[in-house]
Amino acid sequence: MTIAPENNMVDVSFTLNGKLVDVSVSATDRLLDTLRYDLRLAGTKEGCGEGECGACTVLLDGLPVNACLIFTFQVRNREVQTIESIDAHELEEFHSEGATQCGACSPGVVMTALWIRNHPSLLQTHQLSRLMAGNLCRCTGYDAIVKSLEASLSIQERN
Amino acid sequence: MQVLLPQTLDEACTMLAESQGRAVPIAGGTDLIVHWPCNIEAHQKAYLDISTLDELKFITLSGDSLIVGAMTTFWETITSKQVESEFPLLVQSAKEIGSVQIQTRGTWAGNIANASPAADGVLALMAYDASVTLISTHGTREIPLHEYFLDYKCSQRQPDELIHSFCIPRRSFTFDYFEKVGSRQAQTITKVGVAITNSSSGWRVVANSVAPMVRRCYQVEQLLEKKARIQQPDDLLAALDQDVSPIDDIRSTAAYRRCVLSRLIYYALREHCPWYS
Repeated sequence: MTIAPENNMVDVSFTLNGKLVDVSVSATDRLLDTLRYDLRLAGTKEGCGEGECGACTVLLDGLPVNACLIFTFQVRNREVQTIESIDAHELEEFHSEGATQCGACSPGVVMTALWIRNHPSLLQTHQLSRLMAGNLCRCTGYDAIVKSLEASLSIQERN
Repeated sequence: MQVLLPQTLDEACTMLAESQGRAVPIAGGTDLIVHWPCNIEAHQKAYLDISTLDELKFITLSGDSLIVGAMTTFWETITSKQVESEFPLLVQSAKEIGSVQIQTRGTWAGNIANASPAADGVLALMAYDASVTLISTHGTREIPLHEYFLDYKCSQRQPDELIHSFCIPRRSFTFDYFEKVGSRQAQTITKVGVAITNSSSGWRVVANSVAPMVRRCYQVEQLLEKKARIQQPDDLLAALDQDVSPIDDIRSTAAYRRCVLSRLIYYALREHCPWYS
């Protein structure tokens, strides 16, 4: 399958938050552009746009990725999960620990944090802070973020 | 920008051959897209997306070697118990590459193909005597990784060739060490890095960010083979000056890199080598 440069468009189907979507995108569109501007899911933020800050973190086939560093055509037939799929009650510990300040990093932080919470065995091989290292918080609210995640993990353990 | 989307490895090789070297293979895209806005030249090219080829995603431990498919991501290696127990430097280096978000996209082949002098994955692979298998419509060929790079961002891979896999011989290692020095604890690009192994095949000392490409330090290896007396880090400098050629750039200075590399090697080996002093 070849895409001619003159039309430069690619048809891409993928699963987004549990539903199949079909989009026709420019070959150079990043997943971040497609989510925000074609699919109107503006919860995923653009921060640095170069894979450093993690504000655009989404899950691709269940793993955190930077939506600013993926061409949309690369997610064909795959599964993408964005902040819009998260229920408010999953964020209780973020609220109670005050793990949000200006909010710019929050959607990305939440996606990585909930991935860690859903895979607690990661903490046998990784430090929490290293797993979160790809999500920068310019307000430097790291302690509250880590505390909220620890609280969330311990509640999960008790249940 | 033109995009080629092969369904199989065969198709990918054919498309690459037919493009007559014009198409650039793309895997996780983390190196390509990060420079995209300022790399206007890149917008005119054709890209061959091999990231979805399952044929290139495997980790196989056979009797005498570990073979890892080109599209295996750093994260897949980090979470492989087999790799971790026998080739810990692969896991250590993979964990130092970017963040989790980069590790889940970045591939070993991408790290090799990008041919950066700062490649952390290449550092570990070279310390394990890895070889690279290239594939094209003409067949396959295998190149030892320490001979694979020719110059800054330049390798023996021809435009019609894809990296298929890399292979590491299984040996019993008596020493292994990996260290990366950057501006931060995490998510940083290497100012100077080193990987060291010792096995029945001898010492391997490999350094990155101190030459146009990742380098074996043959003179330092010889000092270790000869059990030369090394009483202080500076005793390594004469050998290192033959092995590497650090420069001043945006991340560090030649003097800092030379000094830190000698100290990393010295302190890594001091406890392990009784002949040292």
